[in-house]
Amino acid sequence: MTTEMILVGLAGVLAAAAPVIFAVIGETISERAGVINLSMNGTILLSAMASFGVAVTTNNLLLGFLMGMLVGALVASIIAFGNITLKQSQVAIGFVLALICRDLSDFLGNPFVGAAGPRLPFAPLPGLADIPVIGVLLFRQDLMTYASYLFVIIAWVFVYKTRAGLMLQGIGEKPAAAFVRGANVNRMRYFYTILGGAIIGLAGPTFSLSVKAGWKGTLSGLDGIGWIALAITIFGGWNPMRAAFGAYLFAFLQWLGLVLQPSLPGVPSQVLQVAPFPLMILTLLLVNIGNAEWVGRTLASLPEPTRRFIARGLRSMRASPPAALGVPFDSE
Amino acid sequence: MKNTRFVNFGFQILAVVLALIVTTLILAAVGANPWDAYKNIYAGSFGSFEKFTDVLVAWIPLLITVAGLLVTFSAGLWNIGVEGQIIMGAIATTWIVRLLQDTTTPPALIITLAILAGMIGGALWASLAGALKTFGGVNEIFGGLGLNFVATASTIWLIFGPWKRPGVASIAGTESFNESVWLPTMGDTRLSLWALGLAILSIVIVYFLLQGTYIGLRLKAVGKNPKAAYLLGVPTWQYSMMAFMLCGAFAGLAGAMQVMAVYHRLIGSISSGYGFLGLLVAMLVNYQVIWAAPVALFFAALNIGGIQLPIILKLDSSITGILQGTLVLFVLMVEGVRQKFMKRVGEKQ
Repeated sequence: MTTEMILVGLAGVLAAAAPVIFAVIGETISERAGVINLSMNGTILLSAMASFGVAVTTNNLLLGFLMGMLVGALVASIIAFGNITLKQSQVAIGFVLALICRDLSDFLGNPFVGAAGPRLPFAPLPGLADIPVIGVLLFRQDLMTYASYLFVIIAWVFVYKTRAGLMLQGIGEKPAAAFVRGANVNRMRYFYTILGGAIIGLAGPTFSLSVKAGWKGTLSGLDGIGWIALAITIFGGWNPMRAAFGAYLFAFLQWLGLVLQPSLPGVPSQVLQVAPFPLMILTLLLVNIGNAEWVGRTLASLPEPTRRFIARGLRSMRASPPAALGVPFDSE
Repeated sequence: MKNTRFVNFGFQILAVVLALIVTTLILAAVGANPWDAYKNIYAGSFGSFEKFTDVLVAWIPLLITVAGLLVTFSAGLWNIGVEGQIIMGAIATTWIVRLLQDTTTPPALIITLAILAGMIGGALWASLAGALKTFGGVNEIFGGLGLNFVATASTIWLIFGPWKRPGVASIAGTESFNESVWLPTMGDTRLSLWALGLAILSIVIVYFLLQGTYIGLRLKAVGKNPKAAYLLGVPTWQYSMMAFMLCGAFAGLAGAMQVMAVYHRLIGSISSGYGFLGLLVAMLVNYQVIWAAPVALFFAALNIGGIQLPIILKLDSSITGILQGTLVLFVLMVEGVRQKFMKRVGEKQ
C-alpha cells in the first residue's frame, strides 16, 4: 500500500466520522444540560430517511439538511416535554422513541428505497487542498466534513470558554445553584435538548446525502450507529474534543477492519466491522472505573509510589457524568 | 378513592386512543386504508387456529423475556443488554446440542442439558453487564448495548466460521439439528407445548418471587432506594448482580426455546428483537407482573398479524412496531399528565 493510498484512506476516515461527530456533539450538549437523548439511533435513521426523501422530491440539498435538523429537534422536544414538563423517565421515553423512529423510517421510507438522489458535491478548498499531506487529508472533503471540524471546535469553545457554556455546565451539574443564580433551568434544558437534537439530526442527512448516499431502509448499515454514538459520548467524557477523538478512533478501526480483511481470510468481515465494540466497552470501563468506590479503597491500601502511579493513570482517563444527568429539576 | 380509580382508568384509555389515532394518521398519510390494515392484522393473528398458534409461538420468547426484565426493573436496573443475553443463551444451547447430538446420550437428556446451558449462558452474559455496573461503574445501558453488539458478532462469526454448514456458509444459519432433539410440536403447528409450559412457568415464578417473598421485597427496596436499602442492611450490589443473572437466565431460556423449538439451529437474527420488544412490554405494564401475560400476547399478536401486510396491502409490516411504540409512549406521557392533574386536584381540596 502506498503512502498516497493510506492518506486517501485516512481522508475517508475523517469523512466517515463526520455524521458520528454530529451525533456525539449533539448528545454531549443535551447531556451537559442534564437530559439523555436515548432516541439517537432512531433519530438518525428517521432524519436520514426524511432528509433523503425531501432532497429527492425537491432536488434541493439544503432543504434535505434542514429537514434532518427539524426531525432531530422534534424528537428531542418530545423527550424534553416528557421529562422536563411531565417528569417521566427520559430513558424510557428516549428508548421508546428510538424504536418508533426506526420503524417510522422503515414504514415511511419505503417509496424512497433505492431511489437516485442528489449527493453533496466534493468541495476541495482552493489553496488549502494543495498543501502536501494535510491538504489531501483534511481539505479535499465535502462541506459537511468541514462543518464537522468546525462543530467540534465551536462546541468545545462554547462549553469551556463562554459564559453561556458555563451556565450550561451549571444546569447539568448543580441545577439548584444555577437556579439560585437566576438561570431558568427548565427553559434552558428545553433549549439545549432541542438544540442537541437538531445537531443529532444533522447526522442522518450527512449519511444519506453524503457518506452513504441513498436510502436502503434500516438494513443499510446505519442501524446501530446511534447506539455506538451514545457509547462514544460517554467515552468522550462529555468533552467535545474527547468525543470527537472517540468518533475518529471508531471510524479508523472500522476502516482498519476493511483494510486488514484480505490478510485475515479466516475472519468474516462482519466480525471485523464490530471489532471496535469490545474495545469501546473496555475504554468505558477504564473511563468509569476511577469512580467506583472499591477502587478508591483498594488504592488506599497500596504502597505509596504504586498508588500514586495508578491513581494518576486512572485520573487521566476518568470522566464523571454531569451530576444531575437524568434528574428532573423542580424549583419548588 | 373510587373516583381516583375511575380517573386513572380513563387516562389509560386515553393513551390507547391517542396511539390508535397516531397510527391511523400514519396509515392514512401513505394512502392506505387504516381499517383494512387493522382488519388484516386481526385476521393474521386471531383469524384462525393456525394463526393463533403462531401468535403463541411468538408469545413464548416474549413472555419469558418480560419475566426476566420484570426482575431487573424491580431492582431499578435498565437491562438493555437483554437482547445479547437471549443470543448468548441460544449460542450456549446450540453448542451443547452440537456436542452431544451424535453421541449415544438420550435425546431427553440432551434437550434438558441444552436448555440449562442456555440459561447459564444468558446468566453469565448478564453477569458481565452486572459486573461492569457494580465494579466498573459503567452504566448498564451503555455496557449492555456494547455487549449486544459483541453477542451478535459472535453469532455471525460462529455461523460463518467454526459452525458453518458444510458447503456454503450463509446467514440462514448453522446446519439443522437431528430431529430427535427437536422439542416436539403440536400436530401440524409450530407450537411446542413444552415451550409454552416453560413460558407460563417463568412468569408464574417471577410473580411469586416479586409479590410473595423476602428476596422480592428486598429486591424492590434496592430498586426504590439503593442507599436506604444499603443502610437497612440489604447487600445492595449482591442483589443487583442477582437480578442481572436471573434476568439473564430467563433471557437465555428464551434463546434456548428459539433454538430448540422454533429454528432447530442457530440463525443470524436468533433474538428477533424480542429483547427490545420485551422492554416495551415491561414498561407498558408498569412493572406489574399480573398484566405481563395479556400485554405480551397482544404484542405478539401485532407482530404476527403484521407479517402479511406487505403481501396483501403492500404496506411495510413495521406499522405494528409503530403502534406498539406509540402505545408505550402515550402511556408514559399520559401518566405524566395524570400525575400533574392529580396534584392540582389534591391542591384544590
